[in-house]
Amino acid sequence: MSRDRTPLVLAAACGCLLAATPVAPQWLVFLLTLALTKGLVVLGLLLLMRAGLVSFGQGLYFGLGAYAAALLGARGGVLDGLVMIVAAIVAAAAIAAAIGLLLARYREIFFAMLSLAFSMILYGLLVKSSTLGSTDGFNLHARSFAGFALADGVGGRVFYVAAVIAVLAAGLAVHRYLGSHYGRLATAIRDNELRVEYLGASVFRVVYANYVAAGALGGLGGALAALAVGHVDPETTYWTTSGEFVFIAVLGGTGNVAAPFLAAGVFEAVRTLANQYAPNVWQMTLGIVMLLLILFLPAGLWSLVTRRRAGV
Amino acid sequence: MTDLAAVLFDGVVYSSWLFLMAAGLTLIYGVMKILNIAHGSLYALGAYAGASMVGAWLAGGHPAVASYALLAVAALAVGLVMGPLLERGLLRLVYGKDEVVLLLVTYAVFLILEDAIKLVWGVESLMVSEPYALPGNFLIGELAYPVYNLILIGAAVALGLAVAWGLYRTRSGKLLLAVIHDREVSAAMGINVDRTYLYTFTIGATLAAAGGALTAPTIAVSPGIGVEVIVLSFAVVVIGGLGSLGGAALGALMVGIVRSIMVRYWPEAELFTIYLVMALVLIARPKGLFAAPEARKI
Amino acid sequence: MNPILVASGVYRSFGAVVAAADLNVSVAPESVVGLIGANGAGKTTFINMVTGYLKPSSGSIRCDGAELTALKPRRVTQLGVSRSFQIPQLFNTLSVRENLLVAVGIVAAAAHAWAHSELRPAHVGPATDEMLERFGLAAYRDRPAGLLPEGVRKLLDVAMALVVRPRVLLLDEPTSGVSADEKFTIMDLVMGAARGVTVLFVEHDMDIVGRYARRVLAFADGRIIADGEPAAVLADAEVRRYVIGEAHA
Repeated sequence: MSRDRTPLVLAAACGCLLAATPVAPQWLVFLLTLALTKGLVVLGLLLLMRAGLVSFGQGLYFGLGAYAAALLGARGGVLDGLVMIVAAIVAAAAIAAAIGLLLARYREIFFAMLSLAFSMILYGLLVKSSTLGSTDGFNLHARSFAGFALADGVGGRVFYVAAVIAVLAAGLAVHRYLGSHYGRLATAIRDNELRVEYLGASVFRVVYANYVAAGALGGLGGALAALAVGHVDPETTYWTTSGEFVFIAVLGGTGNVAAPFLAAGVFEAVRTLANQYAPNVWQMTLGIVMLLLILFLPAGLWSLVTRRRAGV
Repeated sequence: MTDLAAVLFDGVVYSSWLFLMAAGLTLIYGVMKILNIAHGSLYALGAYAGASMVGAWLAGGHPAVASYALLAVAALAVGLVMGPLLERGLLRLVYGKDEVVLLLVTYAVFLILEDAIKLVWGVESLMVSEPYALPGNFLIGELAYPVYNLILIGAAVALGLAVAWGLYRTRSGKLLLAVIHDREVSAAMGINVDRTYLYTFTIGATLAAAGGALTAPTIAVSPGIGVEVIVLSFAVVVIGGLGSLGGAALGALMVGIVRSIMVRYWPEAELFTIYLVMALVLIARPKGLFAAPEARKI
Repeated sequence: MNPILVASGVYRSFGAVVAAADLNVSVAPESVVGLIGANGAGKTTFINMVTGYLKPSSGSIRCDGAELTALKPRRVTQLGVSRSFQIPQLFNTLSVRENLLVAVGIVAAAAHAWAHSELRPAHVGPATDEMLERFGLAAYRDRPAGLLPEGVRKLLDVAMALVVRPRVLLLDEPTSGVSADEKFTIMDLVMGAARGVTVLFVEHDMDIVGRYARRVLAFADGRIIADGEPAAVLADAEVRRYVIGEAHA
């Protein structure tokens, strides 16, 4: 049995990221923060994909987290970043707990489409709501974090550090979960739900738990992203945003909890380049890369796709 | 009373357009088990092709009356070119893979086509409203409605009946139904499943392009029109039951009329309601209204 | 002694097809019963109804007094009734050992709720290895279940069914698709591991039925046409006609 190196690697990587905080240029800090926050959402997707489910609606929780944080600031008079983040996680988890009761009964295409539908319901509500800024959204500012006042220009790095810590915590927790009996049970469910039920275990409970966890992670990512960007808009919950998360999940594969973050990093880097030099073919590039991945690098798609291993 | 009639009429117009999209989608899924996200791009291509052709025709000083035929030609051109191109060139390579992977493949195609459209036609809007304005208006109560909407309804009904007739009355149609029912057994019986896939996808693509071409005169054809279409069409197809043509019609009617009522009385809830309807239908009937029964697995 | 499994007046139809017509079965504890019948006679439907995959159209099924009728498979398992499948239901991308780990893990997690076992999370590994040994699966422990020979798949399927400590075990064609010499090896292993458990097994091979069953139920067209000792049932004229397929005696 090989030693489990993942926790060490995760800790080391996060350590490096933290060490870079005072010296990295502003644009890099921003890019990394975005990558880490998106990676958190994709980590949630990974949980679901291990059980064989692909959600096309994680944008719902990403948007919920973002708007919860922003509304707390704009309407609730709360200006502390940490409080916003906690509220976002709670809000997202609560909605996931409600929607999950329905959604956890579905599989395959229906699960994908229903999850998409719910994210579009939120999108529709946000877009038609002039009080929430409609398609323009609105800004949010955090004046403090965990009680410590944020000086001008420092906010970005503080959120970056918060993101790194969140990633370390979430990564370790999910890794531990996946290595436990319940993680194995998720893969068993993906392979043969009927057998799991016949062994006396409840498939629904495991899927539901994974769904709520994915929702919470989405909310966490959304809040952190909103703080970093300083703005929220309905685009966060549009189906194409959810599609981006799925793309990153496919890119990274579901083999390891670090995969979503690596893939998100690559994605953000390429996107920044594309926006600079070739904005009109960005979607085409995404599509072509996705096709190439599906055709030639199913290892990236391994846990999602193959219900049978081709060989040992 | 006229209020209600107007709302219903609007609903039926919207349903017609939705049906054209949903019919192709549900056929493709029923036969090939692929939920084709690229359907939205095929719709957009149909719209762009139609707008370009009619625009060029009218610019040449030719009579506007012929523009309707051109829209049909545009739809056929897009369907007959893109259908086989996508099916033979790409989908063929990924048959047999997981349903959700196939979904991702069509999503990738959609992304590629969206930018391809921008590269070919640019980002400016195309407007060709002549076919829309030409037949004039008619009155429902005091409200004036374009006669074109009647053409749209007529086309949807005609195409729907044509596809239904093709499916249930012709020999090739029955072979297609057999493949929908059970792919493996059909192949074992000697049905050329490969060819069936090609025909199905091409017909579906043509229907989507027809939806686009017919809509082109009523909107500003611009990048991104394919995007919203997809999610709506999915809702319709899922409501009606994947693979059921009748379900697509019923689903389109339901969604069209509900949307119309919402737009009239509570516009903010428009999108919300459509997806709520879908969620409610799925709760009552997890596989949609007219889904095929499934055989015992153990 | 009170019967451990009782089916009364069980009826099930699929449209015009009657899969079970007024089935009445009473099984004594720790007995070994063979279920025979032509394909489509209703044996698997019977197992499906007992274990909750199908709901009877009418009638009742009880295990040791507890009502099983219309309960979901999960609840039925928790009440002590387990089954194996005609087509082995395994976790194909997981290794043989991991398959059993999942099953043992479920029982350990449910330790007092329904599994009535002394399994603690720490014992899951050793308990799994012991199961591997008992069923002769140790040689295949790291092979993905999807890549196993049919006989091994069948064994694994039955092994998982036994992990949940059932009182009643229903085996659906445990030796079908397996070579003639392997059949007896498999049945020996299975029956050895299932000592003390009430076993009902569906079987087409009359040699196996004769060797292992103490009682035989013969199904035909959804009805039980014979019920008794193997020798008697296998000699019965109706059985010979409808099940074994011999022409008029």
